[in-house]
Amino acid sequence: MSEATERTAAARVRSRSLAADLLERYALLLVWGVVIVVFGILRPDTFMTTSNFSTIFGSQAILVVLTLALLPPLTAGDYDLSVAATLTLSSMTLAILNVNHGWSIAAAIAAALAVGLVIGIINGALVVLLGIDSLIVTLGTSTFIAGVVLWVSNSQTISGVSQSLIDVVVVNRFLGVPLAFYYGIAVGLIMFYVFEYMPIGRRLLFVGRGRSVARLSGIRVVRLRWGAFVASGIISAFAGVLYAGTLGSADPTSGLSFLLPAFAAAFLGATTIMPGRFNPLGSIAAVYFLVTGITGLQLLGVQTFVQQLFYGGALVLAVALSQLARRRDAAVAS
Amino acid sequence: MEEVATPRLELRNLSKSFGGTQALRGVGLSLLPGEVHGLLGENGSGKSTLIKVLAGFHDPDEGELLIDGEPVRLPLAPGQFRELGLSFVHQDLGLIESLSVLENLRVAELASSRSRFGISWRRERKRARETFERYGLRIDPTAIVAELKPVERALLAIVRSIEEIRGVGVRQGVLVLDEPTVFLPREGIEVLFSLVRDAAAAGASILFVSHDLDEVREITNRVTVLRDGAFVGTVSTHETSETTFVEMIIGRQLAKLADVEHADKTERRVGVSVEGLRGSTVDGVSFEMHEGEIVGLTGLIGSGFEEVPYLLYGARSARAGRLVLRGEETDLTRLTPTAATRKAIALIPADRKTDGSVGSLPVVENLALAVLDRYFNGVSLELRRMRRETQALMQEFDVRPNDPSLPYGALSGGNQQKALLAKWFQTEPRLLLLDEPTQGVDVGARQQIFGLIRAAVEERGMHVLCASSDYEQLSLLCDRVIVFGRGRVWRELVGEDVTKERIIEQSYAAMAAEVAGVVA
Repeated sequence: MSEATERTAAARVRSRSLAADLLERYALLLVWGVVIVVFGILRPDTFMTTSNFSTIFGSQAILVVLTLALLPPLTAGDYDLSVAATLTLSSMTLAILNVNHGWSIAAAIAAALAVGLVIGIINGALVVLLGIDSLIVTLGTSTFIAGVVLWVSNSQTISGVSQSLIDVVVVNRFLGVPLAFYYGIAVGLIMFYVFEYMPIGRRLLFVGRGRSVARLSGIRVVRLRWGAFVASGIISAFAGVLYAGTLGSADPTSGLSFLLPAFAAAFLGATTIMPGRFNPLGSIAAVYFLVTGITGLQLLGVQTFVQQLFYGGALVLAVALSQLARRRDAAVAS
Repeated sequence: MEEVATPRLELRNLSKSFGGTQALRGVGLSLLPGEVHGLLGENGSGKSTLIKVLAGFHDPDEGELLIDGEPVRLPLAPGQFRELGLSFVHQDLGLIESLSVLENLRVAELASSRSRFGISWRRERKRARETFERYGLRIDPTAIVAELKPVERALLAIVRSIEEIRGVGVRQGVLVLDEPTVFLPREGIEVLFSLVRDAAAAGASILFVSHDLDEVREITNRVTVLRDGAFVGTVSTHETSETTFVEMIIGRQLAKLADVEHADKTERRVGVSVEGLRGSTVDGVSFEMHEGEIVGLTGLIGSGFEEVPYLLYGARSARAGRLVLRGEETDLTRLTPTAATRKAIALIPADRKTDGSVGSLPVVENLALAVLDRYFNGVSLELRRMRRETQALMQEFDVRPNDPSLPYGALSGGNQQKALLAKWFQTEPRLLLLDEPTQGVDVGARQQIFGLIRAAVEERGMHVLCASSDYEQLSLLCDRVIVFGRGRVWRELVGEDVTKERIIEQSYAAMAAEVAGVVA
């Protein structure tokens, strides 16, 4: 048999694997380190300070959680563009119930998460039951939800959210970093565990990579895709709770700007730690890499537009990189 | 005569290595004008590397290319093969499914710099109709390619290629057909072959790449055989026996395949029965399967046999029908693949790439997918045990190389199929449904696969149903073959009647009856 050639193919895959794979896996972390060192040298007084890092880690927890919200649908092969709108509606719901209607903060949080659950159910139903492209469905529901937010809030910012929420999100610290950071990490670790160590995570991966394979292997594809949207809705809503806790208020539009950074981080995250897969740990690393770069540039006095350059560029670059990796894998596979 | 002619295309001493291993070792090939030249070899023998050098995709380490005796510098630039009068039809055909036949036919022309504004689609349609007529084909130029039958797609791709080399003058042309028949039923292959013969008669050289020995023997004048990247020899087809070819391909003698016992097992206890199955093109089919029996389903494409495995698995919805598996009844109209797996039914689909596996994911993940719950201890997946047991399973099914972390797509066709058998055998199915189980699989692996299936039937009491239009495969594997015609059972062949010849005869008889039925 052609065992020799097959071993060659194997050897080819493996010879690349040791050095190059390690580099590929940790390249982003390496670059992140370089970025920190460079800014540290350029701005030792402002950049290399505990308070700066504690701000970076704490304030970006919302973006971390929102990025993680994208991962279940992305892994299942679907896009959820409504995550940022869900975040906004969730934080607005929380503020309105807590401030205007005097609900207890716990009840308001529960209601906010329920909003995410309902949005997830609706998105999933439209996508899997009617078989509409997820990009179109969530583009529509996203705009719809943003409209609902403006409606229920009268386009006003609602402030005065219970101090106890603010305390447990940004005021209280552990090892000098606001608790919000740990919430993000916790969501990431749970998701990592589910993706890596539970059957459902493996099944979800196949649903995204080979839907027909999954279906013919007896996997309940419809249920899993739907479940991914529901998970996405709830996690986005949780990001909304953190957002309300960070600001102490809810405003009807600012949350929407998280959408692109979240996608940028999700795709950039898919090029690291476990290259080729949307993975929670990679996504977290990507968020903090992007934010470190932006913060550093801002400390250098660069204008705020750099943020858009950075996120937009990172999204395209990340997708380009993963495309190249895929092409290379395909070449190896053939 | 042939010896004096200058070869249209000649490759000398071609070598190519990937990361230290030789994919090609000093291979030579010469194509004479008007010749159909076969390129034979198992998967991984270097056939595709050679083709890719000609297409300008690989840069060879060494070697010369001569076109009409004139040296051409290697590597070829991308697209340069067109100027040299080469045209390729790859296994995937390279058609754009969402576009019309006409657009596909003219795609090269439309894409070329010569194309101007203002294409007259009416004139193009007329031209396309004339083109098809010239080849004796009836294909509607306005049809969308996705709606064509597989045969029509293959013919379209080949007509397009022949037209392409006609563009440069057919006497200059070299047509490379890379496994074009894999997805075709027999009658499609006939039409295809007549196109190929016509092109050769007009002076074109044709390189026919295949691992189907029968087809190569039927259509080619000469054959070059490769094995493990090395040149084994070029021989004249009609002077070479089948056994010689097989020995050249695999380098050792195979146990003779044809001596298969076909015991009549219809007196045994019935284990599976299908009653009143309707759905897609299947129109009222009932049959039984006995203990220890491998049942084949066949017919011409479109006769409905190819739908049966999917209907019995719930992968396509049935309008009516009942399945009784060891006394347990299932309503087929409500069956889903998930429910089917619960009932210990397994399906191995024909299309490994889109339905059977995810090539970019590791073998271990592809194989463990069917039994994930087994590795879940309530808290977490035991990844180490999963890897270890998958490796043992690969060993048992002789999947090479025995490395569970390799991407599935890096395995050769035969090993991919063995791995798929392993994936489903570990679920211990009671009913195994196969659709073209050895498509794109080399001779050696094919025999192993037959052996594995037979052992499962005898040792584990598995019931096996195999849908295939590969009549030889059916005759080698099955105890009984059910021939379909017009969505119904036409004939059953049992025992000594299970021969390639009888199956072919009955498949065509079913079609003849179908035609007669339509006329009457």
